[in-house]
This record gives sequence, structure tokens and C-alpha cells, in this order.
Amino acid sequence: MMNFKGNPAHKFAESPLLQLSLPPWRSRLMALLILGSFSLLIGRAFYLQIVNNDFLQEKGESRYRRNIEISASRGRIADRHGDVLAISTPMKSIWAIPSATSLTPDQSRQLAALLETDVKQLTHKLETDKSFVFLRRQIPPLVADQVAALKLPGIGQNKEYRRFYPTGEMTAHVVGFTGVDDKGLEGVELAFHEQLLGQPGGRSVIKDRRGQIVEDVGSIKTPQDGKDIRLALDSKIQYLAYSQLKQAITDNNAKAGGIIVLDARSGEILALANWPTYNPNNREKLSGAQLRNRAVTDTFEPGSTLKPFTIALALDNAKVRFDTIINCAPGRLTIGSATISDAHPHGALTVAEVIQKSSNVGAAKIAAMLPAQKMWEMFDDVGFGQVPRLGFPGEVSGRLRPWKRWRPIEQATMSYGHGISVSLIQLARAYSVFARDGDLVPLSLTRADSSMPQGARVFSAKTAREVRTMLEMAVLPGGTAPKAQIPGYRVAGKTGTAYKLEHGRYASKYVSSFVGFAPASEPRLIVAVMIDEPSAGKHYGGDVAAPVFASVMGSSLRTLGIAPDIPLVVAQSPQSPQSPKTLAAKAKL
Amino acid sequence: MVRLNVFLLLAVVFCGLGAVTSQHKARKLFQALEVELERARQLEVEFGQLQLELSTWGSAPRIEKIAREKLKMRSPESEKIIPGTATGARTP
Repeated sequence: MMNFKGNPAHKFAESPLLQLSLPPWRSRLMALLILGSFSLLIGRAFYLQIVNNDFLQEKGESRYRRNIEISASRGRIADRHGDVLAISTPMKSIWAIPSATSLTPDQSRQLAALLETDVKQLTHKLETDKSFVFLRRQIPPLVADQVAALKLPGIGQNKEYRRFYPTGEMTAHVVGFTGVDDKGLEGVELAFHEQLLGQPGGRSVIKDRRGQIVEDVGSIKTPQDGKDIRLALDSKIQYLAYSQLKQAITDNNAKAGGIIVLDARSGEILALANWPTYNPNNREKLSGAQLRNRAVTDTFEPGSTLKPFTIALALDNAKVRFDTIINCAPGRLTIGSATISDAHPHGALTVAEVIQKSSNVGAAKIAAMLPAQKMWEMFDDVGFGQVPRLGFPGEVSGRLRPWKRWRPIEQATMSYGHGISVSLIQLARAYSVFARDGDLVPLSLTRADSSMPQGARVFSAKTAREVRTMLEMAVLPGGTAPKAQIPGYRVAGKTGTAYKLEHGRYASKYVSSFVGFAPASEPRLIVAVMIDEPSAGKHYGGDVAAPVFASVMGSSLRTLGIAPDIPLVVAQSPQSPQSPKTLAAKAKL
Repeated sequence: MVRLNVFLLLAVVFCGLGAVTSQHKARKLFQALEVELERARQLEVEFGQLQLELSTWGSAPRIEKIAREKLKMRSPESEKIIPGTATGARTP
């Protein structure tokens, strides 16, 4: 504390004369003004910090924060051994903003050379009114890097995925293809679209001035790549099937054809090929005929390949035995106003010989012993008239009329495969009842994991074995298809030669088919071949389709390393001494 | 009193510098991670391309063409095929 009384100067200053006598309102006014200004400032701060906060934060963030999409690729499709059948790989698309682009003639030339177009086309594209044009889509990343190195103004690029099918036309119908935006349009690409499709992810990051990512902000959404699909298909068998089918169609001057190879134990589809086909990598000129997956979407009257089912039903119901004599003379049978005839007239045949010689009359006579309902139920049980439900687009059920409306002649013709229509895949699957012990195996497009599926029982094991023996006879000399024999293996199978229906009438055009399985002692593979309109002189299933069966089945069995079930014939190979194993095999037989 | 204040001041400065350094290091490491992740993606893409190449070069039609045309190979006639049971082969 200081003492003012001891200091005269202070006393002077405190003189009442010098006292400022301001009116009190002035100081109050000033205080109010200052208060007002402060509240204005506070108000503004409140507005910026709280009311308008989101907008300003966003503006601030946009200066440094970037949202990046992390792309996910579509899953691969591979065969059972892991060989790639379809794969997506990133490509670049080059775009331009015409108004921002100004190229010197030299630059245009360089760019045109890299994009593999000519300068004229390029300048034409750049002279449009559009604000954005693609100069070229889906070019290899290396070329795109060269384009980027030119550092042209107004020209940029973005990443796009392109799907490749290295096996091309060979697997076209099974694998199918995708359209724009990775949408599956055909085959497995469509059937497994949901699983193959990936979910793109995203993240938001802070970028520095150099464009480098400095920090992650917020949560990262990880991309989900599409699942890889492992098909049951075996590329090697597929190729064998495809090339043999193609060869046979060329040789027989046929219109179309299909082939299926099934694993009799697991129900897996090891090969499925059609002709005509297409190259999925280049789909510019594509016709409907090429696109059709005939083995699944086209039905045909199967002809004699259905006889074994009629016979099996009769055997199963104890209407006949394998050695019951059926009188097939004189090779004609009249039911109502219609006449059934055999291609070659036969006399009295046993039931087994009806299959071996493929007698229509014999089959019709056996069918006459069976009630229509039973026959319909059997056809239904083996899958005729039902959609196979593999997921392929355009799968068909075929035609199987309800039994209540069958006329007697219909039941007779159906016994040998006319008046009923099936797809090749239905036919191949139906034969699994003979290749297995009477049960129908469910089919699988994807590789099955070791578990052996149990099928639905249709015939008894005894019946299935008896029919199997009859089918073996059909392939042996004296049968309809000696050309289906394979050295080293016992083969069982049935030919089919059916007239084609055109406008409701049978035309003199044929569908030749062969369905069979091997090794007959313990069937592993089922092969079904269908050749549409062979027109090079031969048209019988035994001449047209059976050789295809033999070569595909033979090479497939060898590829899979399935042991032969016929012992070596020593006379054929004087050099090679008979191995003890062969002798043992002989003893077993 | 003064000594405590000086000590605290130094501590604050030191901590501040530490924070700056570790932030810097974190960013460096983060960038390195980004580079490696990008490399991983590139390798993934390259793997896909190599798989594609493998499938293309190893496709059955190409192998057959080379075998037939260049190497003059052919499949044996059916009479010449003698089936044998190899050791290790799956028996039916």
C-alpha cells in the first residue's frame, strides 16, 4: 500500500477541479457495446462450430481426405485338377475429355500407334461434342503404362476387369460367359453367378500433397473376392470328347451333336461338349445354333437306347426272364392301324437277344405285358420328363405324356424310344441305374468331395446286373454295336437310331446315339453320344455314334488309370510275356 | 519452484518432439505398408496372368497340334494297344 497523503503531487492531481465529470451513461454504453460485440463473436463462433459444423468439416476433409474403392475380382472357374477355365484379369481403358485435349500431330501418331488405330479415327473420336469418350477399352496394362508415359492432357485411364477363357470353344457350353459389368450370361457363369461375384470394398484415407496415402481414417470395408468354383470337369477328358465329337460330325457330315461323360460312382460330369460351338473370348459373330447347349437344352426321340428300361421293368416285375422266348417273326407287328417293324426281321429271340439285336417288335411285345402306369412311373423314376436342375439356363424336361392318356400304340412305341423325348443329359444319367446296381445317381457339375452319393433305387440289383450283361452282348459280335468295343475293357452299351420328327411327321432324317459304360465288370464311366442328322451314307447308331463312344471311353479309361478287366491276349503280343497279374485276373474270370 | 518449472517445461518440449517423431515414423511405416500391399496386389494380378498363360500354352488342342505336326506323333491303332496293369494303378 502506498501513502498518497505524504505526496503533494498526488494531492494536486486529486484536485476536484480536475475531476472528470462524465455522464455515467457513456461508460455504460461502452460496456454494452463491447458486450454486444462479444456476443456477436460468440454467436458467429456458435454458428460455425455447431450449426454449420458438418458442412465445414466436409469442406475441410475434401481438401485432404479421399475415398478409395477397393475392387474385388470375380472368382475363377477351374476344372477338377485346378486348371483354369475362366479367369478375370485387370485391363485398362483409355478415355479422353475432348474439350481438354489438344494433341500435336506427333502426339496423335504416337497415341494412335499405341492404341492400334489410325490417326484419322482417333482425331474423329476427339472431334465430338461429347464431354467424355472412350478411345479404346480393355487394353493390356503394359500398353496403358506407355500411354500414361506420354503425359497427354485430357487423356486418362481406368481399371476394368476382363474375363478370359483359355480353353476357348472346347468348354464354351459348360463354362458359359459373362457380359458387361461381370454379369454371368451362360453356363456355369450364370448358374454360379452369386458365388462367383465379388463384393468391392472401400476405405477413406488422408493423402498428402504428393498423392501418397498418409493415414487411414474411418473404418475399412474389406473387399470380398468372388469364390473360385472347382468343376467336376476333367480338361483332358473334355478335350478327348470334344475333339472326337467334332471329328465324327465332320466325317458324317452331320448337323450337330453332343457328348457327355459321367462318373458312374459319384455322378460328376467329367465332360460335356456340343457341336457347333463358339469361342467365348471373341463373341462378335454369334448365332443361336452355336450358343445352344444341346446336351441339356435340346430333346430328341432317343430310339432304341430306351429298350433296356422297358426290359428291366419287365424283368423287375417278373413278367419275363432273360431267357424267355419272344416271337419276333415276321419282323412286323400291327397294333390298331399302325405297324411296328424291325430294321432287320428276326425270328424267335430271347429277351437278352431283343436287346442284343435291338428288335422293336420284341420290345413292343414285352411292353404289352406291362401296365401303362408302371411304365410311366419307371420313366419318371429314371428322370425322364423332369428338369435335371443343374442350374444351366434353358434346361428342359423333355416330353413324357401322362399315362392315363396313352393309347396302346403309344405304349408300344415308347418301349423302343419313340413318342417320348429326352435330353442327352437325362439319357446319360438314366443309364446310371444299369452302371450302378439299380439306383439313379444325382448329377454334380462341381467336384464332389470324396463322399459317394446314394441314388434313388429304381430297379433291383439283380435286374440291373442282368441288363448289364445284355448290354454287353449288344457290343459283342452279333450285337448292333461291335464298333463300340475297346481293347482291354469289357463294354456295355446300347445303340439308338431314331427318325427325326419334323412338323409332327417322321422325316427320313436320323438322330444316331450310343449310351454305354465301362468297365462292365465294375462300371466307372458312362458315355452318351448323340449325332444329329448324319448324312454321309451311314446313319445307324452302331456305325456313327459307337466309334465315338469307343475312342472317348477308351482314352478316358486310360487317362484315369482304370485297370483293364479283360486279360491280355498272348497271341497279340508275342514279345511281352504274360505277367502273373494277368494270370490272376484270368483266373478270377 | 523455478527448477520444477524448468523441468516441466523441458518435459513438455521433449514429449512434444517425441510425438512429432513418432507420428512421422508412423507415416513412414504406413507408406511402406501401402507399397507392400500394392506389390501384393500386383503379384496377385501377375499370378492370375501367369495362370492364364499356363492354361493357354498348356491347352490340349495346342499340345495335340505340336505333337502331330512338329513331333510327327500319332495315336496307335487299336490293335497295337496292349493294356497292362501298372503298379500303383487304381484297381477297379
